Amino acid sequence: MLSDITIGQYFPGESVVHRMDSRMKIILTIAYIVMLFLSSNPLGLLVGILFLVLSYGISGIPYKMILRSLKPVVPIILFTGVLNMFFMDGDPLWQWGFLKITREGVLMAVLMTVRIICLIAGTSLMTYTTSPIALTDAIERLLSPLSRFRLPVHELAMMMTIALRFIPTLIEETDKIMAAQKARGADLETGGLMQRAKALVPILIPLFVSAFRRADELALAMECRCYHGGEGRTRMKQLHLRYYDFVACAVIAVCIAGVVLINRFAPVLL
Amino acid sequence: MAAIKTEHLTYTYSPGTPFCKTAVEDVNLEIEEGAFVGVIGHTGSGKSTLIQHFNGLLAPTSGKIYIDGEDLWADKQKLRSFRFKVGLVFQYPEYQLFEDTVYKDIAFGPRNMGLSEEEIDRSVREAAAFVGLKGKTLDKSPFELSGGQKRRVAIAGVIAMHPKVLVLDEPTAGLDPKGRDRILGQIRDYHAKVKNTVLLVSHSMEDVARYCQKVLVMNRSRLFMYGDTAEVFEHADEIAGMGLAVPQLTMIFRRLADMGYPVRRNIYTMEDAEAELRRLYAEKDAKMGGTPDAQ
Repeated sequence: MLSDITIGQYFPGESVVHRMDSRMKIILTIAYIVMLFLSSNPLGLLVGILFLVLSYGISGIPYKMILRSLKPVVPIILFTGVLNMFFMDGDPLWQWGFLKITREGVLMAVLMTVRIICLIAGTSLMTYTTSPIALTDAIERLLSPLSRFRLPVHELAMMMTIALRFIPTLIEETDKIMAAQKARGADLETGGLMQRAKALVPILIPLFVSAFRRADELALAMECRCYHGGEGRTRMKQLHLRYYDFVACAVIAVCIAGVVLINRFAPVLL
Repeated sequence: MAAIKTEHLTYTYSPGTPFCKTAVEDVNLEIEEGAFVGVIGHTGSGKSTLIQHFNGLLAPTSGKIYIDGEDLWADKQKLRSFRFKVGLVFQYPEYQLFEDTVYKDIAFGPRNMGLSEEEIDRSVREAAAFVGLKGKTLDKSPFELSGGQKRRVAIAGVIAMHPKVLVLDEPTAGLDPKGRDRILGQIRDYHAKVKNTVLLVSHSMEDVARYCQKVLVMNRSRLFMYGDTAEVFEHADEIAGMGLAVPQLTMIFRRLADMGYPVRRNIYTMEDAEAELRRLYAEKDAKMGGTPDAQ
C-alpha cells in the first residue's frame, strides 16, 4: 500500500530535543556540521561522535535509526572513502601500477567517512525530532531578513507547508482512485513497460483533476479568511527560546572550542 | 446458492504496528442471490472495509469469502475475474472519471473484460439507459457534467460490466433529495429488471427501509444483524442506540403508540404510514367519534 511511505521522518516525542526551538535546532545543526569539518584530527571527530551519541540518547530516538538514515547515502560514503584512499600523496603502503594506497590516504578516508556518517546522523536527528511544519516555520523565520531583498520568504514557506500538508491527502486519494479503477478491472500489475505506463493514465488524470480542485478550494477558503500574504500576519504557534536551547547552544560552543584547541595543541596523528 | 458467503471474515489494518486496528471481526454472512440488501452502520463500523472484500480489493487477515460458491482467494490468477463478477461503486465515484468522453469512460470496464466492440457498445448503451443518460450526453466530456450526472456516469461504468453482484457505497452522499431519489429509483429499477444481487451501503435508514428487502447492520467491526427489513427494524431501539437514525416515520408512530393510539410500532415507509393512518381514521369513523379527539 502507498500509505506505508512515511512522510518526512518525524518521530513524535516529548524529549528536550523535541521541545527545543526549531530555529535553534537548525542553527545548531549547521554549527555541528561546521564543527565536523573544522576538526582535522581524529580526537576532534571523537568529540563530534560523543556529542551525537549523547544527543540521540537524550532524544530517545533509537540508535538503529542512525543506520536507517545512512542507508540511502551508502554509495556516497563508499565513493568518498575509496577516492580519498587512492588519491592522497604520502607513504605508499601498497602499489599496483598507477594505483597506490598511502598511509595518509587511509587515514583521510577514515576521517572523511566518519565525518559524513556524523553529518548524516546529525542532520537526521533534527528531522527525526522536528515536525516538517515546525521546520518550515523555522526556515521562514530564519530567512525572513532576506525578504528585504524582495525574496518572497513567506510565500515560499507557505508553499512548502501546503505541499507537506497535502502529501498524505493525495496519497489517500491515490489509494482510493487505484482501488476504484481496479474495481473496474484496471490491470496495474502485469504487462510491459509501455502497458504499465498506459495503465497509469486512469489513475493520474483523476488525481490531477482532484489536486487542481483541492488547490482551487483551498485558495478560496484562504481568501475567505482574508489571507493576503505574510504582511502583518501573526502566528498561532510562537517560537520561544527556553533555557535548554541556550544550554544546547553552550554545549555546541564548548565542543567547537574544544575541537579548535585540539587542532592547535594535540599532536597531529598523521 | 448464496451470491456472497463469508466465514469468520476478519480484517486488521496495519497488523503488528501501533496503528493496528481491526476493522472487520469474525463476520459470518450469507447473502442470497437476487436480494436487494441495505448495509447500514455508523462511520467506522467497518462496512466500507467489508464490501471491499467482496471483490478481492482487500485480502482478509483470516477467514474466507465465497462468491457463487467459489473461494475468492483460492487462485490469485483468477482474482481479476471476480472484479467483474462483483461490481463495486465507491463513495463519490465521480472522482474516478478520466476519459475524454462519457462513452469511453463507461466502456473502460467492459474493455478491460476483453469484450468485442459490439458487446462493449451494447453494454455501454444499456448501462447508460439504466441511469437515464441520453445519447447526446455520451459524447460529452465527463468533466462538463453536473455532479449528479457525473455520479450516474460512474455508476453506469460499473453496471456496464454486467456484475452478478452490484455493491454501491453510499451512492447518494452529497446529493440533493431529488438527485438521491432519482439514483435510488434507477437502482431499484435496474435490480427489478436484471434480477441480480444489489448491496446498498447507506447511512440513511429511511432509504434502506424504502428500497431494500434485507438489511445488514454492522456495529463496531462486527455483524450486528442480517435479516428481512421488518425483522431488523424490530430492533429499532438498539439500532438507534448505535448512533443510527431510525426513520422519522417510525419514530412518529412509536411515539403515537406510546401515547396510547392504537397504531402499529413497525412503520418504516410512507406507504405503510398512509395505510395505517387510513385504517385508524376508518375505525374512528366507524365508532362515530365516540373516543379520543386528537387534543
